[in-house]
Order: sequence, then structure tokens, then C-alpha cells
Amino acid sequence: MAYSNKVVDHYENPRNVGAFDKGDAGVGTGLVGAPACGDVMKLQIKVSPEGIIEDAKFKTFGCGSAIASSSLVTEWVKGKSLDEAQTIRNTDIAEHLALPPVKIHCSVLAEDAIKAAITDYRRKTADTAVEPTEAPESGHVA
Amino acid sequence: MNDFAGFTTKQAHGSNRSMPIYLDYQATTPTDPRVVEAMLPFFTEVFGNPHSRNHRFGWDAEEAVEKARAQIAQIIGANEKEIIFTSGATESNNLAIKGVARFHKDQKRHIVTCVTEHKCVLDSCRHLELEGFRITYLPVQKNGLIDLDQLRDSISDETALVSIMAVNNEIGVIQPLAEIGGICRERKVYFHTDAAQAVGKIPLDVQAMHIDLMSISGHKIYGPKGIGALYVRRRPRVRLEALISGGGQERGMRSGTLPTPLCVGLGEACRIAGAEMGAEAERLRALQTRFLDKITAELPEVYVNGDLEHRIPGNLNLSFAYVEGEGLMMGIKDLAVSSGSACTSASLEPSYVLRALGVEEELAHTSLRIGLGRFTTEAEVDHAVERIVGEVRRLRAMSPLWEMAQEGIDLKSIKWAEH
Repeated sequence: MAYSNKVVDHYENPRNVGAFDKGDAGVGTGLVGAPACGDVMKLQIKVSPEGIIEDAKFKTFGCGSAIASSSLVTEWVKGKSLDEAQTIRNTDIAEHLALPPVKIHCSVLAEDAIKAAITDYRRKTADTAVEPTEAPESGHVA
Repeated sequence: MNDFAGFTTKQAHGSNRSMPIYLDYQATTPTDPRVVEAMLPFFTEVFGNPHSRNHRFGWDAEEAVEKARAQIAQIIGANEKEIIFTSGATESNNLAIKGVARFHKDQKRHIVTCVTEHKCVLDSCRHLELEGFRITYLPVQKNGLIDLDQLRDSISDETALVSIMAVNNEIGVIQPLAEIGGICRERKVYFHTDAAQAVGKIPLDVQAMHIDLMSISGHKIYGPKGIGALYVRRRPRVRLEALISGGGQERGMRSGTLPTPLCVGLGEACRIAGAEMGAEAERLRALQTRFLDKITAELPEVYVNGDLEHRIPGNLNLSFAYVEGEGLMMGIKDLAVSSGSACTSASLEPSYVLRALGVEEELAHTSLRIGLGRFTTEAEVDHAVERIVGEVRRLRAMSPLWEMAQEGIDLKSIKWAEH
């Protein structure tokens, strides 16, 4: 299969590989996919008290497109608010990386990973904080 | 700086990269130059139709074809009259299975085969199911070999044919042909074997092994593509119905003008394989051992799929736990290998052969098939090992599964969301 140059670049020079301490209160962790399906992504975000994603790390088990999709989203989420990050769509990822149809599921997984990380962070902060820290979800129903 | 970067990128992805190292000898083999040499005169000089009986052009072509037939017969211990030329092993398998089944359909309507057979065997059997035949698909054991007791139990008075491959194309394991042949002979059932991956790699003897039909491929044994053969026993005679209607060539079993150059090529490929099999097998066994020893010395959690003992020396099928096969192949683009991972096919299902061995899906996704052959060198093996070790280490460092395994987390304890 021929990969786009962008996929090759992310595969060969993946951005933000690594891990944060899962127990850190400011860290949200998303783990999506399944080993039996050949794709597992772990995406972590480090969120400032103001709700801005300051840093992101990933680890991925999967094909080149899966690695590239997760590497790309670590770049995209940095500097975004949780609400902004929530709006990243798999179609944007697929388009940016020029993924062929059989690889679209990689971009879907990357979108799921962002959402899972955000959900994890919000659940953690909801558990620890007394007052709600985020606007209600209804604020951005499309 | 930017210019530099642009230049480097162009270099890296330009079209004039050197060719990768070929380690996919189960997919196909290069035609041996000696084979090409033998074929050449039959394109332009001795171009006659081997079925033309009236002139020299035909006679010379016929002589060449018959010599090739004898060379093929010799490598499997057959008589040349028992060799039918076909377009390849796929056609041979179709002809053997459908041909025998359809010829005997009024008396017997049951066929025994095995789940790890090549797709063309399985698909031929599926077709026969639609025609009302009953098929038994024998499972394989963890080592990839069938259980002979299960084979014995599966045969009934209704059984027309047992079709079990000699050597598996993905994992290279060798089925116990002589034992299978013995059982079939005892039960008076025809034994067909797809020997595409076996001819020229291991000694074969249709008499000693009681084989009644055998499929042979040209391009798997350093011969040309587009030619194969089917061995059809004459005593006791195996009857089959032809798939192709026409002039009745090949004793009525396969009509169509024989492609003289290709027949000559297959014959020469068999001659060379017959003469060099012993030395070649020994050399490949040393390379296979070298490959595996070096890999396992450098990397933990590498698993061999399929029996290592009962295996052709030119094959290794390895699972590199926690590293997805296609992702790995992308990192070793200078090596031409193949993967049992889902992602190499459009299907998203990992290899049905590995699944049949009971290899778990997660490990099946991490497998590479490494095929060594006549032109593989020790230096190529060493380079391949170095590249694979380096890339597996890099990808494990970015694998969440490797990280979890290192932390002692049991991956099976996690509720994965299958997608």
C-alpha cells in the first residue's frame, strides 16, 4: 500500500510519543481500540486549571496510518480548550493525512481517543472539584 | 535549511531507491537464469505447435515438451504419462478436486480437506458444496499439522477424495504425507495433495507416499509463472472430469495448446531442484537457524507460528508481540516480507491460517512471514535481522500494549471496545 508523505512523516518521526502519570489530577487518559482488531491508541492530555490542553502524549499499537493519526492529533489538541478539542472530526484527520478508504477507521479511532481522554479528565475533575468546572454538554450540540 | 530538508525528502522518496531485499519466497520466486536460458529457443526457433504431427516444427516442440514432462515426473517419482500440464497450481487444484468429485458424483459425494488449505482448494470445495457435495474441513493442531486419527474418523464409504496440502504457504509446515497416503490407500479413497510449496523443497515420492494426485506450480520453484502440472496416477487409474472443453490434449484432461517455452521452463526448474535440493535445503536450514537465533537473542516475546521441526527450511512465520504487523512492515520497507496482519488485506481479518492454529487474534496481528530462498545470502539475513530488531524495539517503545505488559497488566483483564 502506498502511504501519503504525511503518513510516512508521522510514522518515521512521530510527535509526542510517551506517557504522563495517569494518577496526575490534570491528566486525562483515553485508551481506545482493541488488540484483537489490530489497533490500540492511548492518548493523554495535560490540562491547565483554565481548561487548556497544555501538552499531549500518545502510544499506539497499529499500522502506519493509526500511528500517524494519533501523532497528528497530539499536535492538533495542544493549545486548544477542551471544547475546541472536542470538535476535531475524524474526517479532518483522514483528509489531512490523505488516508485511503480502508484506513478511515484509524482516524475514527483517533477522534475517539481525544473524546475518551477529555471524558476521563472531566470525570476526574468532577470527582475532586466541588463546583462544576465545565459548561454543560448542551453548549455545543451541533 | 529548508532547501536541505526538501532535498533530503526528495531523496528519501524518490523513485531511484535500490530494490528491497527479497524475503517472500513463498509468494513467488525469481525464475532461475538457467531456466530462462533453457526456455529462450522455444519462443523464436522451436516455435511449433507441439500437437502438430505433420512437420518438424511440431515434432521438435513435442520432443521438448515430453522431455520436460519426464523431468517433472522424475522429481516426484512418477511416470511421465502421469503428468498433465496446467496453467498453475490453482488450476491443478481445481481440476483435481472438482474433476474427481464430479466424475464420481453418482457413487460418492464426500470430500475431506483441511482448514489451512490454500484459498483455491477451499474455494473449490465451497463450489462443490453448492453442487450438493459434503465437505469435511479438518482442524489443525497448534503446530499446524492435522490429527491422523481425526482424518481416519472423517473418512466414510461416501468419501471420494482426501485433499491435504503438502506444505503450508504461510507457515511452511509439512503434513505427514506418507501416513495420510497410507490411510487413504487402506480406505480406498483418492489422496490429492497441493504440493506447490513442497516440490523441489522436500523429497516427494508418489509411490512411497501413496499419492494419487499432486498439484505442482512453476513459479514457486524458480520456474516461470503461468505453468503448473497435475500428477494423475495411472495404476490404479484415477478418473476425473475435465474442466476445459476442447481438442482433448493431455489425455483429454486439459485441452489447449501447450505453451512449449513454459513447459520447458518447468521441466528445467524441476531438473535443477532435483539436482540441488539436498545442498540447498542444508544451506537454507543454516540461514533459517541463523535468522531465528539472532532475532530471539535480541528480542523477547517473539513466537514461531507453526511447527519448527516439520517445516521447510525456507520459511519462518514469527509473531512480534505488541507490534502490529503492517506497522512493522512499513518500518522495514527495504525488506520484502509479508504479514498475517489484517491490515495487509482489505478484509480486516487476520490470517485464517494463524487463527486455525489457535494463535490469538492479537498475536496474529503481529506476525511476519519471512521466506528464504535460492538467492538469499547470509549478509541479507544479517541485515534483515538488524532492521527488524531495530524497528520492533522502536515500535514497542511506542506501543501502549508493550507498556502495559511491562507494568504487569494482564491485557486480557481489560475490557476492550472491539470496533
